[in-house]
Amino acid sequence: MRSWLPGVAVGVLFGAGLALSDMVNPARVQAFLDVAGKWDPTLLWVMAAAIPPSAAAYALSRRMARPLLGQSFAIPASRTVDPRLMTGAALFGAGWGLVGYCPGPAIAGLALGGWQPWLFVVAMLGGMLVHRFASGTPSTDQQE
Amino acid sequence: MTIAGLAPLAPSYPIAGGLLIGLAAAALLLLTGRIAGVSGMAATATRIGSGGTPWPMAAAFIIGLPIGAALVAALVRRPDLGVTGSVPLILAGGLLVGFGTRLGNGCTSGHGVCGVARLSPRSIAATFVFMAAGIGLVFVVRHVIGGAHA
Repeated sequence: MRSWLPGVAVGVLFGAGLALSDMVNPARVQAFLDVAGKWDPTLLWVMAAAIPPSAAAYALSRRMARPLLGQSFAIPASRTVDPRLMTGAALFGAGWGLVGYCPGPAIAGLALGGWQPWLFVVAMLGGMLVHRFASGTPSTDQQE
Repeated sequence: MTIAGLAPLAPSYPIAGGLLIGLAAAALLLLTGRIAGVSGMAATATRIGSGGTPWPMAAAFIIGLPIGAALVAALVRRPDLGVTGSVPLILAGGLLVGFGTRLGNGCTSGHGVCGVARLSPRSIAATFVFMAAGIGLVFVVRHVIGGAHA
């Protein structure tokens, strides 16, 4: 199977959603996080609209023996909330609040002009490399 | 860049955009069996990590993101970009986001959209923590240090 074909189709759809919802605009994201200032609900609308289709697909997937184009579902099985997860999420959230970019909007923003998303993505990949070398082994853990 | 000038956005845009994001995550899961987590895909695409997603799929997904954004900017709505011009701030933010998403196995998409949708306790906890950390950082930067936009 040409695995790049569903990859690019889904990536285009995802990137279009990020731009349409203004999530590519860090000021919009920071305004959602600014609960003590002029709060903006946009990010909440995005999550509220994105979760139901995602949840429906997950429910449907549990009734399927395998995905339409693949051999098996790769859904993280771990349910253990550990300090590593909490620390990682806290560091990620701090960087997210600091600039207003998380990985998707920063990468989608590469096409929208400005040097800031480029520098952010380079620094982000640098942070991923630091984690890889700090943790000793190339990370083979599953994304969630 | 000034944040004070942020114009309100009609909810129809984030609802339509959120639906596209949710449908993208749904399509990836049902077609390929994979979770649409951007940080994991980015790590796999650059070969910094290998989350099990085939490299061509991850690389194509990552390339698709800016293509989709450019299509919307050209055909539907040109988004504003209100982003800091501070190089040290962007470097610090990027490093924290890169390191944190690897340590915590995901970001807003993998935990926030996909994990919360399947009621994963790990993803719900992670989403709570990164939201709280983001709110805390913005509070400190804007209302404790800055105070300009209070």
